[in-house]
Amino acid sequence: MNKVLLLGDEAIAQAALDAGLSGVYAYPGTPSTEITEYIQASSEAKEKNIHSQWAANEKTAMEAALGMSYVGKRALVCMKHVGLNVAADAFINSAMTGINGGLIVLAADDPSMHSSQNEQDSRFYGNFAMIPILEPSNQQEAYDMVYHGFELSETLGVPLVLRITTRLAHSRAGVTRKEIKPQNELSFPQDPQRFVLLPANARKRYKWLIETQHIFVENSEQSSYNQYIEGTDKNKGIVACGIAYNYLMENYPDGCPYPVLKIGQYPLPKKQLLRLVEECEEILVLEDGYPLVEESLKGYLGIGIKVTGRLDGTLPRDGELTPDKVGKALGLAQEEEVPVPEIVKMRPPSLCQGCSHRDVYEILNEVAKEYENARIFSDIGCYTLGALPPFRAIHSCVDMGASITMAKGAADGGLYPAIAVIGDSTFTHSGMTGLLDCVNENTPVTIIISDNETTAMTGGQDSSGTGKLHTICQGLGVDPTHIRSFVPLKKNHEEMRKIMREEITYKGVSVIIPCRECIQIIGKKKKKK
Amino acid sequence: MKTDIILSGVGGQGILSIAAVIGEAALENGLYMKQAEVHGMSQRGGDVQSNLRISDRPIASDLIPKGKADLIISLEPMEALRYLPYLKTNGWLVTNASPFINIPDYPPLEDIMGEIEKLSNKIIVDVDKIAKEVGSIRVANMVLLGATTPFLGISYDKIENGIRQIFERKGEAIIELNLKALEAGKNAANQIYN
Repeated sequence: MNKVLLLGDEAIAQAALDAGLSGVYAYPGTPSTEITEYIQASSEAKEKNIHSQWAANEKTAMEAALGMSYVGKRALVCMKHVGLNVAADAFINSAMTGINGGLIVLAADDPSMHSSQNEQDSRFYGNFAMIPILEPSNQQEAYDMVYHGFELSETLGVPLVLRITTRLAHSRAGVTRKEIKPQNELSFPQDPQRFVLLPANARKRYKWLIETQHIFVENSEQSSYNQYIEGTDKNKGIVACGIAYNYLMENYPDGCPYPVLKIGQYPLPKKQLLRLVEECEEILVLEDGYPLVEESLKGYLGIGIKVTGRLDGTLPRDGELTPDKVGKALGLAQEEEVPVPEIVKMRPPSLCQGCSHRDVYEILNEVAKEYENARIFSDIGCYTLGALPPFRAIHSCVDMGASITMAKGAADGGLYPAIAVIGDSTFTHSGMTGLLDCVNENTPVTIIISDNETTAMTGGQDSSGTGKLHTICQGLGVDPTHIRSFVPLKKNHEEMRKIMREEITYKGVSVIIPCRECIQIIGKKKKKK
Repeated sequence: MKTDIILSGVGGQGILSIAAVIGEAALENGLYMKQAEVHGMSQRGGDVQSNLRISDRPIASDLIPKGKADLIISLEPMEALRYLPYLKTNGWLVTNASPFINIPDYPPLEDIMGEIEKLSNKIIVDVDKIAKEVGSIRVANMVLLGATTPFLGISYDKIENGIRQIFERKGEAIIELNLKALEAGKNAANQIYN
């Protein structure tokens, strides 16, 4: 078959389709979004009735995928690394129940935090759940791992984690496809009790999971994704995980002189690691993300074998790996670096001209200034850019939904006025339960749901709450006279000012919904026409 | 052959379309390629770049090491300077002359041009102006691509085919406009280069 040019994300999506996928479940999150978008755009997926609609959040996505697996079908669930925090309850327990149809949990990490709040390493979650992890080094491997991964998941009886990073997700290369497989038939688990995690069943399942660990290790030892590559210079042995292998080989275009253990499947292959440690004087670990492998080889006290990497400063402790960082760690001569001319200024992202959030912040800033202690708790989305000049409007951005609950806690602590700014998609993702907490205590908070009718920051995916926000707030018990909306446009600024003042003055739960469609989406729709 | 290219600009200017055309042409030539893009937050008016690597041998890293890029292609002059640490000695810089000013502390244009003039190998083209003459500011990126064709290591007709492939669904008129832009860019570069 001819090669097709695919992003890492697209290679994963195509592999899942070719491997007999029945459904993908996801909430948009950079750098994982394009996987689900690719399946949504696939005519083949449409014909085969493959589920691909966005979920309200990563937890609902994870649970739905597990449900699809329960009935024997192959399911893929995709999220960015912090999304796995949201899905963690379901995720950890899916290792306890085990699966029926093959289940792959894709976690896209973002070392260097190109579009994220932290650079947590999802491999820890795989270890935490005690299930195998696959980590591709390139787009073809990403394809192959997903294509064969469903079967591996079915063989081992547990979900698999596929861990990628931004660089692989958003880089294109030629990929060769494999033969298309049919979807699984509907079937039920043979031992249905394992899905009922009552303590008595859960204890049995946990014992099973513990007893199965050695099988996972043996599988890793036999896996073609873990390769021992001979080298003549035994002064050093190198463990290269995922895409770190590429940076190593970039520095040795004619072959690496040291023995290399290329890691693509976890738990770590014990036999090959032992061989490397026995043959070589010291071990250099190259891994993108946290020093997971390095730490486990070195041990907490570091008094065994000599291991270098991110912990001893051979490589920087944080940030994405690059060929330059790896070259330096290998002690190779570096090109003399030309500096960036001093006149070059930072160019941070900003809210688009004509964006509705701009009108909201402009007026909110004016009104908030009328109070000595006004604090504005915000959230994850385009409107987080309200933290930057010219607005400098917000005082917090922590995690999905935290605006409402942090405003509540601050109000409980005596702050007035406590204001929350959250987007429509973030509100339905994780803001609704926090609003219910406010309603139950009639906490004096002013919650602005800045509704642009899409999930904008990730490129404009459908938002679960479009057209329903008013009803949702009313259903959760907000007094209908304190659910206010307006169209955030220049001509309405006076009305906006008045409404914001009135609702901040009200000492109870009020929700203000400025509603105007994202201008990027309007532009896209025009182009389509 | 091996060509390592840094594409730079401001989110929304269209560097990814340039990358797509070169990528298509490379694939048609049976070459290996890797192209790392920026998606997400920076696309909202921030600085964006793409690492594009083409080779007749398999490529290891998605990222170009510092001091190894053969070519910087920039849709914005200040953004061209941001990636100078990646340009190899005697590498070429091909940049748009028109600034994109969306920050309050944008440096004086003559200072930026002064820095670019220091380089021995550069092509500065007023891409915006040429694009307007050709018919639309929207083809500015193809004018710039045209100006880089002497340095790509891929023949001009293969780049033309790349444009036909990438814009296939947009109709013949759009294809013609983009091809015209490509040629205008090539001519502008040749005037400087020769």
